[in-house]
Amino acid sequence: MRLTHEEEAMRAGNLGPALQWAIEHQIRVGRYFGASDFVPVSQAHVMADTESLGRAGVEWLERLAGLPPEHRQVRIPTITDPRGTDFAAAHRLKHEPWILDLERRAIAAFQALGVLMTDTCINYQTIMAPVRGEHVAYGDTGVVIYSNSVCGARSNFEGGPSALSAGLTGRTPRYGYHRDEHRRATLVVTVAWTPCVFNDWGALGGIVGRLAGDYWQVPALVGIERVPSSDEMKHFGAALASYGSVALFHMAGITPEAHRLDDVLIPGAAMRAFAVGEADILAFQGSYTQKVEQVDVVVFSAPQLSLVEMQLVAGLLDGRRATIPLLVVTSPQVKPDADRLGLTARIEAAGGMVLSGMCFYQSYAREMAEANGWKRLATNSAKLTNIIGGYGYAPALLSMEACIDAACAGGRIAP
Amino acid sequence: MNSENRGMSDKVFYAAAGMGMKRRGLALVAKNGFSARYDLDRTRGIFSRPEHKLAGESYVGRVLVLDAAKGGVATAWMLHEMKARDIMPEALVLNTVNPIMVQGAAFADFTMISGFDCDITEAIPNGALVEVDPLAERPFIRIV
Repeated sequence: MRLTHEEEAMRAGNLGPALQWAIEHQIRVGRYFGASDFVPVSQAHVMADTESLGRAGVEWLERLAGLPPEHRQVRIPTITDPRGTDFAAAHRLKHEPWILDLERRAIAAFQALGVLMTDTCINYQTIMAPVRGEHVAYGDTGVVIYSNSVCGARSNFEGGPSALSAGLTGRTPRYGYHRDEHRRATLVVTVAWTPCVFNDWGALGGIVGRLAGDYWQVPALVGIERVPSSDEMKHFGAALASYGSVALFHMAGITPEAHRLDDVLIPGAAMRAFAVGEADILAFQGSYTQKVEQVDVVVFSAPQLSLVEMQLVAGLLDGRRATIPLLVVTSPQVKPDADRLGLTARIEAAGGMVLSGMCFYQSYAREMAEANGWKRLATNSAKLTNIIGGYGYAPALLSMEACIDAACAGGRIAP
Repeated sequence: MNSENRGMSDKVFYAAAGMGMKRRGLALVAKNGFSARYDLDRTRGIFSRPEHKLAGESYVGRVLVLDAAKGGVATAWMLHEMKARDIMPEALVLNTVNPIMVQGAAFADFTMISGFDCDITEAIPNGALVEVDPLAERPFIRIV
């Protein structure tokens, strides 16, 4: 890779061991993908829950945090993805003390590096949405796909070590979705039925993700009949990224790089083409729901809920009572507004549990299952449905309304 | 096909890129994706996702030969964590990688190669003894 004088100085250790490690790590990654140089980035977003880090990762962070202050500070705004617990509710989730201890150690280490503990996977709705053409280093697949596709920003999936490296060096290797040639469509999906609710959007994302197949595929959707809301795009993108490892999509006439479909097609190139209709979307959801008649817990999470989603949940719960655990997970930025506007009180008065700064699957889902006896789970998040099976849960993908009906009916799913 | 026969039982498949050290072990093969978060019970060292073709199989010490890197960003930390506890595969061989898998391998000094002219999950028999060399001029996997 071609390095500037400053990058050479980082690599030589002249700017301290943290930057030396960071740039060396980035060079290894960049070389793998044939990157010719680095591109400056304006923000970094670090996924670093301790279930992923483990003790080894926390100890590694603590070694970085133990460096002299002048050698360990991030140089661009660097924020965090959800954490492994909500300290205010950890006892209700039955998170063990060792989990809280590990989380506290990780937080202290990040703070010593100058990282802002935002603990959110919806920073594009709450912190500072990137703008078209802005190069960033984001570390949550849902954040990356939304930022690339809806905002027109430029990021690859940046895992925790790489996002932190970008925070320290202020740059990232120029490969993948930082480059124009990778942002063209590789498959076209004609959608014959525009989804109505979040779980339908998530199911569509899951279907397209399976069709796409891998990170380097860029689906272009045609036939979407209205402009989806930010929350609908959030559910669609999160599921597409989860099922397909996809980082960028286009919607003809809707997303910024696809004013027309032709804008994102490679002229003359052969293109895989698919059609998706209502029956496909219903069948996708049915493939999960038919296996589960009764659930132990209902979870709204993955991604964290916006204020508008919090209002929807509160409205559906008014005058009702959840008789099984009902977890409603939002960001630390939304939570104070939900408190101030009375949404938290309404949800909790109906037996729900409002959680902040965590995300269900990133928060020791296996340990929660064992401690609480949870085996079957209902959610309106297709992303969560895709992930949570590996943690031992049988998931049902339902509408928000049907999830709340189940929560208020002792977990029984209406036929 | 970008492969060579060196002898009766010695077939080589070249990869587009690789990192880590030379490794040898028994192949565990499936035409499935791979994500440490989605697919593994990292405490027990087994594939835990019910839909995965390797569900219930131990991955410890095996050379995983799979289709594509899938899922979220957690794998970038998790390979490091798995290595620290020594409950990890010997190496990872993929048709297609995403940045997370490469970043995770770089962070953990884990052996991985990817990018073949053939479907590597069809080319390598499950249970075969294989050698993975990411340091060669052309990284490769070889059936020993």
